[in-house]
Amino acid sequence: MAGTALLGRLTWQIAEVVDVVAETPRVKTIAFDVPGWPGHRAGQHVDIRLTAEDGYQAERSYSIASAPDGERLELTVERLDDGEVSPYLTDELRAGDQIELRGPVGGYFVWEPSQGGPVLLAGGGSGVVPLMAMVRLRAAISGDVEMRLLLSSRGWDDVIYRDELERLNGDSLTVVHALTRSQPPGWTGFARRVDAEMLAEVGPSPAERPHVYVCGPTPFVEVVAEAFVQLGHDPRQVKTERFGPTGG
Amino acid sequence: MALVSRGFRGRRAPADPTRVPPGQYVTNDFPVLSAGPTPHTSLDQWDFSIAGEVDEPRRWTWEEFRALPSEDVTVDIHCVTKWSKLDTVWQGVSVDTLLDGIETSAKHVVQYCDGGYTTNVPLEDVTGGKAWVAFGYAGEPLEPEHGGPARMLVPHLYFWKSGKWIRGLRLQAGDEPGFWETNGYHNYGDPWREQRYWGD
Repeated sequence: MAGTALLGRLTWQIAEVVDVVAETPRVKTIAFDVPGWPGHRAGQHVDIRLTAEDGYQAERSYSIASAPDGERLELTVERLDDGEVSPYLTDELRAGDQIELRGPVGGYFVWEPSQGGPVLLAGGGSGVVPLMAMVRLRAAISGDVEMRLLLSSRGWDDVIYRDELERLNGDSLTVVHALTRSQPPGWTGFARRVDAEMLAEVGPSPAERPHVYVCGPTPFVEVVAEAFVQLGHDPRQVKTERFGPTGG
Repeated sequence: MALVSRGFRGRRAPADPTRVPPGQYVTNDFPVLSAGPTPHTSLDQWDFSIAGEVDEPRRWTWEEFRALPSEDVTVDIHCVTKWSKLDTVWQGVSVDTLLDGIETSAKHVVQYCDGGYTTNVPLEDVTGGKAWVAFGYAGEPLEPEHGGPARMLVPHLYFWKSGKWIRGLRLQAGDEPGFWETNGYHNYGDPWREQRYWGD
């Protein structure tokens, strides 16, 4: 039955850590090998579950950072100091460890190459993670879809995926940074929070009907999504994903 | 048998299992979750309707709606993204009040909202003192990002079943999965049975 796989239960699967990479002082990418991983769409997330020896469990959701790539799955996690799960993931996990996860989850905040472009991605801090899956998917298929990423970070050393984005920037992918708190010497890019004027400058215009994806902390998403609507973008073309400081 | 995570120790006090459903943690914040920009409908443009398979459709303007008897409700709420918030205090109009005197053979309800959001619930899950159209939170008008001017409050189901920016209820014979229900999330959404996703 065709619908069976689609409606099948998302069961907990064992995922083994194969690599842990520091992205910034507060953010790490953890790569997992997930035997039997069914694949995912760019923008989806997984639930992870940790179990203590006394049986105590904690579940959280994390966006998938990687483009579909067989049984390899990457999550990028920001350490929240008062969090329960993120400090474990960023500080404790190392290659060979196993955790439980299930997914992929979410069918709305996703970009499929068949949707085409132009695509406008706006990320605040670690809100870039599901957007990066879209950037990477586009690169992996050697797509020529026009995609622009506007990424707001506190400072240059807080930019997640900085080197990879520098490499990918060019041709039909445009990466624009906004550094809100500190800028390196000679910085000529945006040095303020994202606002309507900045979005208009980065484009594409509402007339081009871009697919817009906004992800970040709630105040970022509220301001940016509102600005897109004020600029004349169709609210139905603006997809948002929010996370709060309690996500940890 | 769950896999033990090497070196993991919980940092939170164990939650009261009679109040916090499986897989949830308690937060004191009020996180926001929505799929698009926050709509801003002015109160003179706002109305609320009971539509669909009813003997007589109803419609209230904001003033008429606010003139209906309302209640203070203290409930626990549970979001599918894992947070639960206990003892939240709302002001709202009971759905029983809105449906009072309406004749219907409908078994299902579609909540429809500004911004195009919909979510479906069985009629019996919004009657009998189980659901409200809330316009106040903690004694203040409900903020837009939390669904103001008015949102549904169906606290016994995951919170996506409480549509923000609600504009009406459509009563119908057949079930009709809504926005998240067609995007991977469970059709009913009982937090106590951890019905998060399709197939749960």
